[in-house]
Amino acid sequence: MKTQTFDFKSVLKTSLLAGGILIYLALVGLLTAFLDRDIIYKTLSLSFALVLINNFVFGYIAAQHNSEHKWGTAIGIGVILGIVSTAMLSVLVLISEPLNMREMFVNASPTLVKALTFENENIVQGLLPLVLMGTASSVLGAVTFVLPPLWRKVLLAALIAVLAIGTLEELVSDVVTNIFKLFGNKRAAKPALKFFFGRKGWSVNGAIIMFVAAAVGSYLWNWRGSVVKEKIGALPKTAQRNLRIGTLIFLFAVAIFLPNILGGYLSEILVTVAIFTLMGFGLNIVVGFAGLLDLGYVAFFAIGAYTMGVLTSTQLSQTTELVSFGWNFWAALPIAVGMAVLWGILLGVPVLRMRGDYLAIVTLGFGEIIRVLALSNFLQPKIGGAQGILGIAKPTIPWFGGAIVLKSSLELYYLVVVAAALAAFVSWRLRDSRAGRSWMAMREDEDVAEAMGINLIKTKLLAFATGAGFSGLAGAIFAAKLTSIYPHSFNLLISINVLSLIIVGGVGSLPGVVVGGLVLVGLPELLREFSEFRMLIFGALLVTMMLVKPEGFWPAATQKRELHAGDEVEPTPTPEAA
Amino acid sequence: MALLELENVHSYYGSIHALKGISLTVEKGEIVTLIGANGAGKSTTLRTISGILRPRQGRVMFDGQDLAKTPAHKIVNLGISQVPEGRGVFSKLTVMENLEMGAFVRTDKAGIQEDIEHAFTLFPRLKERQKQVAGTLSGGEQQMLAMARAMMARPNLLLLDEPSMGLAPILVDGIFETIVNINNEGTTVLLVEQNALMALQVAHRGYVIQTGEIVLTDDAKALQVNEMVREAYLGH
Ligand SMILES: Nc1ncnc2c1ncn2[C@@H]1O[C@H](COP(=O)(O)OP(=O)(O)O)[C@@H](O)[C@H]1O
Ligand SMILES: [Mg+2]
Repeated sequence: MKTQTFDFKSVLKTSLLAGGILIYLALVGLLTAFLDRDIIYKTLSLSFALVLINNFVFGYIAAQHNSEHKWGTAIGIGVILGIVSTAMLSVLVLISEPLNMREMFVNASPTLVKALTFENENIVQGLLPLVLMGTASSVLGAVTFVLPPLWRKVLLAALIAVLAIGTLEELVSDVVTNIFKLFGNKRAAKPALKFFFGRKGWSVNGAIIMFVAAAVGSYLWNWRGSVVKEKIGALPKTAQRNLRIGTLIFLFAVAIFLPNILGGYLSEILVTVAIFTLMGFGLNIVVGFAGLLDLGYVAFFAIGAYTMGVLTSTQLSQTTELVSFGWNFWAALPIAVGMAVLWGILLGVPVLRMRGDYLAIVTLGFGEIIRVLALSNFLQPKIGGAQGILGIAKPTIPWFGGAIVLKSSLELYYLVVVAAALAAFVSWRLRDSRAGRSWMAMREDEDVAEAMGINLIKTKLLAFATGAGFSGLAGAIFAAKLTSIYPHSFNLLISINVLSLIIVGGVGSLPGVVVGGLVLVGLPELLREFSEFRMLIFGALLVTMMLVKPEGFWPAATQKRELHAGDEVEPTPTPEAA
Repeated sequence: MALLELENVHSYYGSIHALKGISLTVEKGEIVTLIGANGAGKSTTLRTISGILRPRQGRVMFDGQDLAKTPAHKIVNLGISQVPEGRGVFSKLTVMENLEMGAFVRTDKAGIQEDIEHAFTLFPRLKERQKQVAGTLSGGEQQMLAMARAMMARPNLLLLDEPSMGLAPILVDGIFETIVNINNEGTTVLLVEQNALMALQVAHRGYVIQTGEIVLTDDAKALQVNEMVREAYLGH
């Protein structure tokens, strides 16, 4: 980081960058697309919020590099940045009509002018609020940096809470209604919602209350949290253990009621998240624990899915030359997992001597080969080629003579969560076992690990096999969820997604896999209402996250050490939940 | 019978003929040093002993057993520990975890604990830093850790690859002192060094290796005054 002395050129550079991004946002249409999408009803639209957020963030950054931690300087920086950046945007507004920019940039439209001038007839006058509010926001951002750390955290938490919930208001309202429903008091939801939320987004009262509540919550968490942690640390071992078990039970209970709370749409997302998380646990063993970069991980997912498909499909003869085996889900499940494990080992053997990039390329090839095979005419008589496999059985649970069919996503949710929890448990036990230590040593240095007496062949194959097994399990459930599978569902993107979710969560970290799954698979789904901007927003969020937290959201203890190798001796890391 | 015996060993890296018929013996209780210039084949010799490389010709005998058929990860079970060139500590693990790694093949928890304590008496610096991540240790401390870790397997033979490399002279003295201590406690040492002066001061016997061949062997004392050694390695 730069030394913290005030440097006008640096501030100006940051200001120009901030202004450039505002212009970019305007030209791609983000500043006009969400004018009706209120965060605070009739007060703050999402589009205008983007301007404020941009200026806040850049104000913060500029202060970080230049403020010398002084209030006056920070305010000065904020003012400069706010005026320069909003002035740049204003110029765009002023010239867009005379220059007829619309021919090149569709979004430099009268709508944009109206939006940014707040529909004022006099454009110059109308731009004043934009400049004022933009500047206020960047001053706030700059000042936030100068605040003592506790207050900074509190303010940021409160702002983020208001913005995030306001943006996802519809979903949040549904969840709140569901919670009331769960406690048998659906009617009470209405007035509460009406108080807190407007027709879209927060009501002004709601936003204020949320801001205060989040601030107080964050304050208590950051201020009292460390004290509580210390107290817990001082408790006897058995009490700590009980506490942890209690937490797990609580989480378990939440997990049970989650689909009811979240409702159909979010539960559907949750099932997808859980399937990816399950795969994430598997790949985390291969990549995170053992350090073997596997880019063909989707292969085992496909093998699990196809095994499940062939064995349980009732319409097998439609796309293949086989007659239905007609197995049920539970009978086919171990075979599906077993096949994936077997192929994990078979594909592991040829790459035993490979390391790093070479391993990545070869496994990438495996993944593609499996997909191409699934698509091929050669295997078409067995697995259906491009037409895939239809009529795959849904899991059933025998119940007092009859059977429950797990058909809705809500019911499948429990199956996937149990599977993912199982994978988490197995990963956790393995990590702390001799196998885990072998993986760790091998990841660091294969030759030295061997000199310590570690059997590299066994260690690698165990990693490949376990990882493949989890992926096969995920594939089997995936097949049962969709009831039909096609080769194109098993493309490279899945491998990349699973790898990314591990990286986002924190390589080698078990809670990180869950967080990564939620962020990488869940977030794009939540952003679905932003249609064509979805991937832009998602991409920007990802880049920001990796800049802010390069070690991932919930890094493993060893990973944290690596990225903070310069720091003094690490205190004992926070205990990882299973 | 010698503890370690290399008989006419030829090792290759692909088509590169790195060892051209090395023969050497290490008797129980000795410190034997293998000195030679950069690229002479010292590390290759150690790699051949520890099974990472396989000789295409010749034999490596340890304790009367042919090592040719022993997989690399079983070598440590036989009682050979090595400290690789450039130390090779697990940089993301703590000092303590590194030491535990060194005892990977052992299952006697009490014994391991005892040996960790013992390692801390050999290297008091490590005791102070037991919770520190190995990657953040100084070069000298990493060397100590690598040696302590190798000792955790309770080896009969310790292979050391250039323990003095890149260390300040004052640290080198300490390291060599410890090598003597370890040897006095009964561990046989094969010490590979470019720093011939220091190595010959602590060793009983020495071999001189040049481009994959042993060109000279004698008592350490005799080598110290040998004209050729003095000219080539001692800078006289
Ligand atoms: N991994 C390798 N691949 C190919 N050649 C190697 C490799 N390692 C060492 N060599 C070659 O083998 C010879 C002996 O190397 P080495 O045993 O490392 O020397 P020393 O340890 O005495 O400095 C050198 O010529 C070196 O270039
Ligand atoms: Mg060498």
